[in-house]
Amino acid sequence: MLPLLGVAVVVLGFAARINPLLVVMSAAIVSGLAGGLDLTGVLSAFGKAFNENRYVSVTWLVLPVIGALERAGLQERARDVIVGIRAASVFSILCSYLLIRQVAVAVGLTSLGGQATMVRPLIAPMAEAAAEAKLGPIGGPLRERIRAEAAAAENVGLFFGEDIFVAIGSILLIKGFLEQNGVLVEPLQLSVWAIPTAIVAFAVHAARLFLVERRLSRMIGAPVHEKARA
Amino acid sequence: MIGLSAVYTLAGVVFAAIAVLSARDQGNPKRWANAGFWGLFAVSFLFGDRLGDFGNGILVLAMVVLAGTVGLGIGRPATTAPEERRALAQKLGNKIFVPALAIPVVTVIGSFTLKTIAIGDRPVFDPAQTTLISLALGTLVAMSLARLLLRQKVTAALQEGRKLMDLLGWAALLPQMLAALGAVFALAGVGNAVGSLAAQAIPMDSRFAAVAAYTVGMALFTAVMGNAFAAFPVMTAGIGLPLIVMKFGGDPAIMSAIGMLSGFCGTLTTPMAANFNLVPAALLGLEDRYAVIKAQIPTAIAVLLVNTVLMYALVFRF
Repeated sequence: MLPLLGVAVVVLGFAARINPLLVVMSAAIVSGLAGGLDLTGVLSAFGKAFNENRYVSVTWLVLPVIGALERAGLQERARDVIVGIRAASVFSILCSYLLIRQVAVAVGLTSLGGQATMVRPLIAPMAEAAAEAKLGPIGGPLRERIRAEAAAAENVGLFFGEDIFVAIGSILLIKGFLEQNGVLVEPLQLSVWAIPTAIVAFAVHAARLFLVERRLSRMIGAPVHEKARA
Repeated sequence: MIGLSAVYTLAGVVFAAIAVLSARDQGNPKRWANAGFWGLFAVSFLFGDRLGDFGNGILVLAMVVLAGTVGLGIGRPATTAPEERRALAQKLGNKIFVPALAIPVVTVIGSFTLKTIAIGDRPVFDPAQTTLISLALGTLVAMSLARLLLRQKVTAALQEGRKLMDLLGWAALLPQMLAALGAVFALAGVGNAVGSLAAQAIPMDSRFAAVAAYTVGMALFTAVMGNAFAAFPVMTAGIGLPLIVMKFGGDPAIMSAIGMLSGFCGTLTTPMAANFNLVPAALLGLEDRYAVIKAQIPTAIAVLLVNTVLMYALVFRF
């Protein structure tokens, strides 16, 4: 049970909002020491795994291009497009994005979205513009909420779409693990049973976005300081 | 063969440039900390395979100490004013979307076609890494299109990239750190400890209790580890296969499919899944680093409840 001390370090560290890099490093050292490694051993194990997982950070390569385009008005153009569409609302934008993302991922087009490539430069500014077209300038907390909802729509769409595609990592992991334990299943059997949850997840999240939209609509005509607080 | 090492070299060069630009940024009081942090990241990408395990460990430790105790500043290179951006947006019109959408489009096309490109019998691109290679290619294509369209200075993109990297700060390193933590946890036996704890703590003498223990256990364990892939083997070996399948005769395919998706509900709720939950908060400049998690928790709980009912209704029927 001693290695669980590392988990405790993570939970407490994140709850106390200590710098997450310090939390993770401490958790690795505590868990490793409790699991019988010495300090050199822990650092070596961590260094090895860090080096092998460099591919995780390759995503940042897109940031200079995104930045260059934002410098030339990418976010502003995304806003202009939305302001030109009367029916656009936070609900319609985020709900459409959720649906498109989920369907695209379900047919294997996982790379079509992303927090750095789609949400920050396009989807979040579009949602904000739609809210501002109705409400006028919006305040900090409301802006934060809309941006957070844009990021959430991306995650929900991705998570509950991907298992419908037969060749995705998690389906292959399930197949491999069951096979090791003497149970043979076809990837298609697994992805079919991901469909009910996918539908439920879309319905639930769309309903929640609808509630967000209704709260926004109630604020039409409200004084600016209330919009800032909401 | 073009593989990950080429992508890492590209990333290393970009981070080295960001480090140099950081060092020259007089306006950032912590410019040396930033230069050191991004410089070490560049070293990791360029020379990581030659540093040895312990050397890499020391490199990470140095990055953590820099970001965690000295702290990183935020560089503010000169950029366009909001009015200029609005004017540029009107002048360029929808053309500006072309380079932006080139990244995902090239990545998707590449991940399907790069495997098939070969000279004689030998593949040109490492078939195991086509998605990441395609992402790098997509970035290069977008960069070229942006150059043609915008005619900015070469350093402009790197300065804008530096600004965004500084906005991320420690969050840029966290996903890779957590992946490494997962490996150390596995080495120290954390997964098995959690699994046996879960199996002991929950009485599972009814079908519904077994199903609920499995779905909720998947979500909680995933929240702790930050990754449903780490939770799935432990929970399925501990509860899923022995109880739901062997004892009560449930269908393993249905159980596994819905079980994994219950794990994803946990992913939506945890800072341990940093690349999904904390990185976007940093990228979007949110003050509350947990704002994205807060937006997701109600959906996660509702879907988890439905998953539990769904599994109970379906797993013993087929």
